[in-house]
Amino acid sequence: MSVLKKLAASAAMAAAMIATPAFAQDDVRIALVVKALGIGFFEAAAEGAEEAAAELGNVEIIYTGPTDTTAEGQIEVINSLIAQQVDAIAISANDTDALVPALQRAMQRGITVISWDSGVAPEGRQMHLNPSSNALIGNMIIKLAADHLPDGGEVALLSATTTSTNQNIWMEEMNKVMGDYPGIEVVATVYGDDLADKSYREATGLMQTYPDLDAIIAPTSVGIVAAAQAVVDAGKVGQVNVTGLGLPSEMAGAIESGASQSFAIWNPIDLGYSATMLAYELSQNGVEAAPGAEIPMGRMGSLTLDDNNEGAMADPFVYDASNIDEFKSIF
Amino acid sequence: MTRLIPVRETILAGAILVLLLLISSRFAGFVAPSNLANVFNDTAPLIILALGQMVVILTRCIDLSVAANLALTGMAVAMINVAMPGLPIPVIIAIAIFLGAIMGAINGVLVWKLAIPPIVVTLGTMTIFRGIIFLISDGKWVNSHEMSPAFTGFPRMELLGLPVLSWAAIITIIIFGIMMARAPFGRSIFAVGGNPHAAVYTGIDVGKTQFWAFVVSGALAGLTGYLWVSRFAVAYVDIAGGFELEVVAACVIGGISIAGGVGSVGGAVLGAIFLGVVKNALPVVNISPFWQLAISGSAILIAVAFNARSGRNKGRIILKSAEATQ
Repeated sequence: MSVLKKLAASAAMAAAMIATPAFAQDDVRIALVVKALGIGFFEAAAEGAEEAAAELGNVEIIYTGPTDTTAEGQIEVINSLIAQQVDAIAISANDTDALVPALQRAMQRGITVISWDSGVAPEGRQMHLNPSSNALIGNMIIKLAADHLPDGGEVALLSATTTSTNQNIWMEEMNKVMGDYPGIEVVATVYGDDLADKSYREATGLMQTYPDLDAIIAPTSVGIVAAAQAVVDAGKVGQVNVTGLGLPSEMAGAIESGASQSFAIWNPIDLGYSATMLAYELSQNGVEAAPGAEIPMGRMGSLTLDDNNEGAMADPFVYDASNIDEFKSIF
Repeated sequence: MTRLIPVRETILAGAILVLLLLISSRFAGFVAPSNLANVFNDTAPLIILALGQMVVILTRCIDLSVAANLALTGMAVAMINVAMPGLPIPVIIAIAIFLGAIMGAINGVLVWKLAIPPIVVTLGTMTIFRGIIFLISDGKWVNSHEMSPAFTGFPRMELLGLPVLSWAAIITIIIFGIMMARAPFGRSIFAVGGNPHAAVYTGIDVGKTQFWAFVVSGALAGLTGYLWVSRFAVAYVDIAGGFELEVVAACVIGGISIAGGVGSVGGAVLGAIFLGVVKNALPVVNISPFWQLAISGSAILIAVAFNARSGRNKGRIILKSAEATQ
């Protein structure tokens, strides 16, 4: 009897073990890990991810991230996602290298790992989705400033933290094309750490140190808003143009006050959508992420990977007084 | 009579002057009166919070939830402003102070009635308050174009040459100066921190005093919440992230003993101004941003080291009359 019982029990266990993955297959779980929760840009990306999930039908999106922009916080989140055995992780990283060991552990356990927006070092992910090509963004931020300075002038950069991966790459790319904009001089680079009060103080400091400053370029959404407010408070609207990368909903006031003539951003909804589509293709349809591969991403067309397994989604889009009202309610 | 000029405050004021001289050698425009007024205005939130924190630290407690309290109150009043743009600003301010005081009272009750160590209580409420901001805002920002012009304009309004934000700090300093020196509440705070057992024998309820200290700190955090959000014209989850540590640092620089019972309004104000000068000077003195954190950290350590030396061998003062006969 006891042998029979044991046999029955093992059979039931085996059945359960076979049944579990089959059940999981019904619901593909894709985790969208962001730099920090509560940032409008990433909330919009999550919306895009949900859109992709609805289109794919059998996908569950886990939108998560730390409460502050630290690599430590993201490592904790990744570890918990590994424990939950999700099917894919799509991450916007707070640090290029610090996340690699945790993400490698995830890949060893069969989880598809891609990075988007802010990248992870190649050994820590299968591929990376750039919102736009870094070269295009680098060119765009200086073009935005130069378009309003036909006779040249002084511009300053207000970045996020000194270690922010994407801001540093964009500024590097910007420096490469400076030759195309004669007369435009970058006089300083300061760091607002993506904190409203520090960015405000740095922008005020720039206007004091360089009384002839013509433009502040802030390639970060917190920095650009704080700089615009600092320009308004210093009474320098019309003299100092704040531009860079920001969200229409957050920048509407700055466009209205005239502190900012124009700014650019890609569409975060498209970005979240594309990241989800790519993660799904890699994890479920057996698509191999290799240099030269062309991976479909639904309504956004397809992504071509370069030698580093990176691809660019689309060109950044310029927002100004003519179209801000249309977009400020979207994201 | 020998203590007519307080040593600690004089040294700190001297350090601030030396700092200003050093800065002016690199950027002369920094010491222009209009710029110093700007620096004071920028430091006003820190001064207000440091005074609230001082009261808490004097009673041998600590309030780490001030920045989260500030952020939650700021988000709440910003959302109220968006929902009801017509609401007059004095009402908004009253709501901010009230909300802040409620949050302070939660800390106070936990410390008083449940006797949980204050650092644990406020670490917990700090996270809870930040979490509540997510819940009420859905993680979304409240942006400048959504706020009413009166809401964002109030702290910028000029009265007698200074913005309202600066006046808020000045009025808080005056009220605290009188309260800590003359009012029974102020004196009982020193008594509770200096020697809780003796305080009990003089009829002071230690727990209750600590409770009210948290309420005062919370109310000031609430007031600062409105001022902060309206000044930077944006409210989101992370505003004033890590600011609680700056507030505690201002108090420590100002010579307020973490062990409780020793400290002064002047010290807290000067400590806050010292930090404010450092923070405002770093962007204009043209120092590599990679060095800035290390420099501001060293400035804090040096200031504290000076204070620790000057404050040695000093007794704890419970009653003003006792101090006179000392």
